[in-house]
Amino acid sequence: MAKRVGLEVSLACSEAVKLANVDVIAAYPITPQTHIVEHLSELVADGHLDAEFVPVESEHSAMSACVGSSAAGARTFTSSSAQGLALMHEILFIAPALRLPIVMAVANRSLSGPISIWNDHSDIMAERDIGWIQTFAENGQEVMDLTLHAFKVAEDHRVTLPMIVNLDGFILTHVIEPIEMPSQEEVDAYLPPFEPQQKLDIANPISMGLVGVPEVYTEARKAMLDALEKSYPVIKEHWDGFAQQFGRQYNPIETHHVDDADTVLVTMGSLGETAMTAVDEMRAAGRKVGQVRIRLWRPFPSGDFLDAISGAKTLVVMDRALSPGADSGPVATEIKSLIYATGGGPYVADFVAGLSGRDVTREDFKQMVDKAEAAAAAGDPMTFEMWGVKE
Amino acid sequence: MADEGMQSWKTLALGCAMTEPGTSRSFNTGDWRGRQRPVTDREKCIKCGACYILCPDMCYSPDTEAEEEGYWIWNGFYCKGCGICIAECPKDAIEWQDEKEEDKYGQACRT
Amino acid sequence: MISAAEALKDFKKITPKKIPEVEMFAQGHRACQGCAEVLALRLAAKAVGDKLIAVSATGCMEIISSPYPQTAWLSPWIHVAFENAAAVASGIEAGRKALIRKGRIQDDGAKVVAFAGDGATLDIGMQALSGAMERGHDFTYICLDNEAYMNTGIQRSSATPYGAMTTTSPPGKLSKGQVTWKKNMPAIAAAHNIPYVATASPAYHIDLMNKVKKAVTVPGPAYVHIFSPCPTGWRCPPEMAIETARKIVKARMFPLYEVIDGRYVLSRDIKKPIPVADYLATQRRFRHLKEEDIAYIQSRVDADWDRLMALIKATNPEEEA
Repeated sequence: MAKRVGLEVSLACSEAVKLANVDVIAAYPITPQTHIVEHLSELVADGHLDAEFVPVESEHSAMSACVGSSAAGARTFTSSSAQGLALMHEILFIAPALRLPIVMAVANRSLSGPISIWNDHSDIMAERDIGWIQTFAENGQEVMDLTLHAFKVAEDHRVTLPMIVNLDGFILTHVIEPIEMPSQEEVDAYLPPFEPQQKLDIANPISMGLVGVPEVYTEARKAMLDALEKSYPVIKEHWDGFAQQFGRQYNPIETHHVDDADTVLVTMGSLGETAMTAVDEMRAAGRKVGQVRIRLWRPFPSGDFLDAISGAKTLVVMDRALSPGADSGPVATEIKSLIYATGGGPYVADFVAGLSGRDVTREDFKQMVDKAEAAAAAGDPMTFEMWGVKE
Repeated sequence: MADEGMQSWKTLALGCAMTEPGTSRSFNTGDWRGRQRPVTDREKCIKCGACYILCPDMCYSPDTEAEEEGYWIWNGFYCKGCGICIAECPKDAIEWQDEKEEDKYGQACRT
Repeated sequence: MISAAEALKDFKKITPKKIPEVEMFAQGHRACQGCAEVLALRLAAKAVGDKLIAVSATGCMEIISSPYPQTAWLSPWIHVAFENAAAVASGIEAGRKALIRKGRIQDDGAKVVAFAGDGATLDIGMQALSGAMERGHDFTYICLDNEAYMNTGIQRSSATPYGAMTTTSPPGKLSKGQVTWKKNMPAIAAAHNIPYVATASPAYHIDLMNKVKKAVTVPGPAYVHIFSPCPTGWRCPPEMAIETARKIVKARMFPLYEVIDGRYVLSRDIKKPIPVADYLATQRRFRHLKEEDIAYIQSRVDADWDRLMALIKATNPEEEA
């Protein structure tokens, strides 16, 4: 039976990995990811988790060892953050190209410089195009649940792709929350042992990672892209299955009061909970404001998103990373290109907020909504603003 | 580009893997050779196998069809003509011989 | 974990009459004419045999063996990137170890072997290699040293020998070519206190195969550094590749030795060395060197040999008595 415990969110992540009975963890410490891997190494050291903990000498080697381990047919997990994730960059593209279902928790943190250990999404936005499935958690329970779900999806033979669960550094990783911890039996019923589709095996020698000559490179990329696109229904299916097993339903796009909303706040990650409170307060004040939370970032659930915002006149998009030189942050850029294809759609205001862990309060959200609605009414050019920057 | 050698993305193995070992064997590297090939004089050959073990292109294999055991047979489909077998033969039993272009491939070149 | 010496107690040597028939690397690969690196690779793979799981770093051997859809590999093989062969190998080893312990796969005795060039080993991949050796994974790392970045067009690496011409160490008015002395990677590997380190040359192919076989026999990390002549990059005739690999040994410039549990063992004593000039003369990459440059190289080679002899003496104290 599941039990409710008070647990640091990082440890909830580790416990999910333990419940998944992972075979190999290869990781390198970086703030704010450290508690995740520390706890995993403890679980291994105490014999609670029968796995190899490979304390690699860099994140580049962490991801490389994960590729090797997964190619050998082992269930494989790692975790990183910011500079560490950036150091993995080269290998991050290769894992999905080789179709290796590695699961990684990314404790989102600002990318240097200047160096900062605090939370935003600049690390993961730099890895937007790596070809991994990517979800965002908003609280500790979601971290636990999305981690279990990640193994289920990644290893599904209809998918066979690596998967990232994003959790905001400190704001989630270092916070103790009440968490419903499933039992081993429940998890075993949900998540079967990993059966690799192919692996490095002397009984059946295959070659992995051949040179992609011009005659095949495009086709190889297309095959990977197709797998990522086709993962979408499987992701949903396993969230539905999760709901049946554990009673908590997740969706690619989560909505709050969108049905009659004129203005919709768009968030991703832990800011969603603050924004939700702000929305509730604005609703109480009689304003038609709603909220969309992007849970599935890659593959982007375009149809779900457009459905969710179909009635909105104004979108207030929260970006937690810059896309220097572009006309908006990465999330707003994504949304604008989607909306463009519809031939109409709402006014999009983009606010880059909460960089390097700077607080974004309910009052901030309300002011953003005010500002966006005024700009939309005035017919101003699409708003892009670094929120709260001191002049 | 011409689609020679191209394959539908739908037919690629998972992760663009090659699920069959040693598919390079279908690739002719014999045409890298100039119009000379190494030929072994079996009168001089002491069957030491230096040609076999030192060939970077694995062109020499046991000659199972010869009346006498222990000789090595050369495969011109792969021989790039580096000449290591000639240089390393302790008995100078291997020599360059001129060959015609049409003799460079397949069984015809086996000596 | 048992010592290397103990693991090698009943070692069955490969002899000229007992060369394994098995090949783990196939014909039709696209290495240059007279490539002694691919020969070294073939011999090493042969010595490991059908238990081989191979990992390649990006480089000559990777591209010549795997232009899709042609693979020259007869063993399971993976290539991921340039600098991470040791890390990938350590992941494979860790994965298999966990799966075997958990009863998910049978222990089939597979041997994980990473193959990498000198650039991938001494330069860009040294951190990953150091990490994997330090962590003690049961794997073998084989450096196929052709003394420059040949795949990209003969650029210098830290394995390029003093004085050699490469495309990024060109001799000029102010330069003699490579201005630094070759990095001593086997010594760096040995400094990790791993059970087995060896140097080998394809000109001594039986020795080479035995060293690779020993490397995969010992538990824990093993490092084999194989001198791998590159006729294309060294500007020498392709048929001279093996002779070059022989001469450097005879000149005491690339001594063949093993380090077994920290004990240095000379594989081949060179009582009457040939002058290094004889070796250097085999390749046009050295042809710009003047007499005084060659004298300098000779003096360093002599000093390095003396140092190796001192290490052998120091690590074999019982033999002194």
